[in-house]
Order: sequence, then structure tokens, then C-alpha cells
Amino acid sequence: MSPNVTRRVVLAATAGGLVLHERIGRADDTTPAPPSALPQKAIDVELRVNGSRFPLNIDPRTSLLDALREQAGLTGTKKGCDRGACGACTVHIDGRRVLSCLTLAARCQGKAITTIEGLNAGEDLHPVQTAFLHHDGFQCGYCTPGQIMSGAALIKEGHDGSDAEIREWMSGNICRCGAYPNIVAAIRDASREG
Amino acid sequence: MQAFHLAQPTMLLDALAIGNAADTKFIAGGTDLMQLLKDNVETPAQLVDLEGVGLSQIRADASGLRLEAMARMSDVAAHLDVRAQWPVIAQALEASASPQVRNMGTIGGNLLQRTRCGYFRDTGFNCNKREPGSGCPAIAGENRMLAILGGSDHCIATHASDLAVALTALDAVLELRRAGDAPRQVPITEFYRLPGTTPQIETVLRPGEMITAVIVPPSAAARNSHYLKLRDRASFEFALVSAAVALDVRDGTGRDIRVAAGGVGTRPWRLPEVEAALRGKKLNDDALREASSRAGEGARPAGQNAFKQILLRRAVLRTLQTASA
Repeated sequence: MSPNVTRRVVLAATAGGLVLHERIGRADDTTPAPPSALPQKAIDVELRVNGSRFPLNIDPRTSLLDALREQAGLTGTKKGCDRGACGACTVHIDGRRVLSCLTLAARCQGKAITTIEGLNAGEDLHPVQTAFLHHDGFQCGYCTPGQIMSGAALIKEGHDGSDAEIREWMSGNICRCGAYPNIVAAIRDASREG
Repeated sequence: MQAFHLAQPTMLLDALAIGNAADTKFIAGGTDLMQLLKDNVETPAQLVDLEGVGLSQIRADASGLRLEAMARMSDVAAHLDVRAQWPVIAQALEASASPQVRNMGTIGGNLLQRTRCGYFRDTGFNCNKREPGSGCPAIAGENRMLAILGGSDHCIATHASDLAVALTALDAVLELRRAGDAPRQVPITEFYRLPGTTPQIETVLRPGEMITAVIVPPSAAARNSHYLKLRDRASFEFALVSAAVALDVRDGTGRDIRVAAGGVGTRPWRLPEVEAALRGKKLNDDALREASSRAGEGARPAGQNAFKQILLRRAVLRTLQTASA
């Protein structure tokens, strides 16, 4: 295998992965528009992500999550439930943590979007990323970008006063491997550093 | 998700004018509507994006609290005057959803979120709310989460908002606007309709009308108010039963008493039978227990949800004890 084959290409090339890619990667898996719909047209929107500009021409239905992954090529943000229940797609908009799966990309014009790729400028890791490595705050890793984006926001919000407070304010991020004790420990540690 | 046209006005009057068109819905925080669009429960031809119209002020003064409809749940919950003067509002909001959803969700949108009844949200099933006349599989089906009060033979779906329960206890008033009409005010206790034979009509909102603000009067009871939410997990879950209590107690005697409950009714449920049992009485533990035992008079459980009758009385008692301590 060539060294520059990305993990994503491998996923898409395996049989199960191909199904997964098709299932989770499409914004338009829908029935045709009703005759009553007004003329449908693509919308021009410029996303500002991690300090870079991405001029896109998108279907108005496109979620910010799909725009980031499929059009901006930023696949660090993950699609879990696509219904706002799991937190895997957490990003920051204008400094606040939100769910990109429940956000229409067309409503993000002019806003500053930060994803896991841009949480820390340059090559250094963000303190929450370092703490997740130190405490082994993950098993499969799929929820991890969302956990880290949420944890970094939680510390900035000041909701890091106790383990109980951290757990309550991390409740929007589900980890089906059950790495919660290590996630809480990582955020507690990172908050002491800040 | 079906195709829609996205209108993005920058003035409230323009939003109201566009919102008057047929088959059009307003989108505020989008946290509920996006789910309903993805599941084809909602299939509007046009969305009116309210992001650009402002309408997000939070104002608290001697005359009361005014929350504009686009104020975010997290901002209202964190507002120091709200926490001091109307704590039940902050508590209900912080018990709602998750931090991410609260950063997105708005006050107006929260009040207009649709029921979590699984049959309503799955187009593979009949539902009188989604397809009038198609039938209600919940009444003889999976109804553990559903209402024991206010239901009809057509629908027993609960209203899911915690905020609405708190506002019901506080006698909040909603300001409504529609293109071409003067703004009008409707008490929240008259805003939500019982399902009756038309469960698809959930509020007194007219076509094209929107909530522009919530107005909450100040009171001694509001300053001493409390919210309790009981659910299947500790956080990020809808209520099985919730209780909002506001008490003005002087010399141990209950002067002004407001009690409302969530998770039990087809709309946020005021409990006048409990309030009447305590008004003018010494609020000792016996009185609180006796009054709580009256909560939910006239309840009609559907089967799996019968436990809510007992849970409601206990939730009301605990919240009264907390607020009167």
C-alpha cells in the first residue's frame, strides 16, 4: 500500500467501508422535491474554517458537517448519529461549541468555524489533545474529535470546577466504548494547565 | 430531506412577509427542525432563516423579564438577573438537551419544538399529529414516555419543553406577530391546545405568525422558584416527569403558590389542585404531602405510563420541599 493512501481511502475501498461511506457521506439521499417546491438552486456560500476561506456552491440542504467533510476536505469532524444525539460532529462557531450536523452550511456565511484540525495553530497539540493522549481518553477514537472540541470549550466556559461538573457539561458527547473515566481525567488535567 | 428554498431576510418585517407564504416554516436554532427535515416529518417548500433579523435581546428590569425569541438557551440560562430573579427558568434550561444544543437552540424555537413521541417521528407509522385521521398507534402501543393528562382518543403525545413548564408556573405571556397584524399577547397557559380531535393543531399560532418575545412578570414567588427533572439517565434526556414550583412563603404560610408539571401532559400542565390545597396554609411537611397527593387529578394512563401518576406526586412533593426549605 502506498504510504500516502489515507485512512479514508482505505475505508471507502473495503466492502463494508464502501457502504459506510455511501451511507454517511451524502447530503442528498432523499426523495425528489415536491411539485410545490419553489425553484431549487444551489447557493454560494463562503465558509471561513480554521482561518482559511472555502468558497462553495452547495445545495441549501447541505449540513455544515457534510460541507466540511465532503467539500472542504476536513474529515476530522465525524458523523455519528447525524441527529444531534451523539456530539461526534461538535465544532466551534464564533467560539461556541455547536453541532455541525444540525447546522445548515448556508447559514454559516461570515462566521468563524473551528474544527479539530484548527483547534491549535501550528504543529503543537492543544492541551486537551495532549491530555487525551496522556490519559488514553479513547478506545476506537471515533467520538474523540467531538470530545476534544467539547472539552476545550467546556474549559473556556469555566465548567471545570469538579469531576461532576465536567461530566454534566460533557453529557452531549457520547462514547460507546465507555472511555468516560479517562475523558474526565484528561479534561480535569488540561483545565489545571490552562 | 426534501428540497426547499432558503430565504435569508435581514429585517423582521421581511421575515414575517415571507413567512406568510404557503408551505413555509421559520428556522431559528434548527436543532429540532433539522431532525424533522432529515426524517421527512417536516417537508416545507421554503424555510425562512431568522438568524439575520436580530431579536436576541434579554432584558430584565423592575417591570419584569423580556426574552426575545432568538435569544439562545445558554445565554438566557447564564444571565445573572434570570438566575437571581427567575431561577426556575435557568434551572429548566440547564436541564434541557446538551451544552451544544443549548448554544444553538432559541427561546422561541424551544417553545415550538415538536413532541418526542416515536410514532410522530417515524414516517413508517401512522400518526394523527403528522397525518390527520391516520390513527394513533401509541394509545395501545409504546406509551411509556407519553401523557397521562390531557390526551384524547386521537393523541397522547407529551410536550417536550422544560422551559415551557417553568414559564407556565410563572404565568409568562408570549408576544406574537404576523405580517399585516398588530402584535398580540397570549398567556402561555392559553397558547398550547389540547389535542382533542385535531392533534395536528398544537398552538393558537395563526399561519405565518411567530413568537417574537416571552414576557415574565417579577414576583416574590418567582425569586423562590425551583425545577426538578426526573429522567432515565442523569443528563441529556427528556423528562419522564418534571416539576416547576414558585413559592412566596411568609411566616411559614403559603401566599403565592404556582405548581406546574412536565412529561405528564399533552401540554405543559399547571396543577391548580395542588396550589389550592396550599394557599393560605402553613407549609409544614404534612400539608406538602397532602397537597402533592392531589397532583394529576383526572389522569388517564394508557398502560406503560401508569407509573407517572406516582412519580408526579413524588416529584411535586420533592420540589415543594426544596422550594419551602
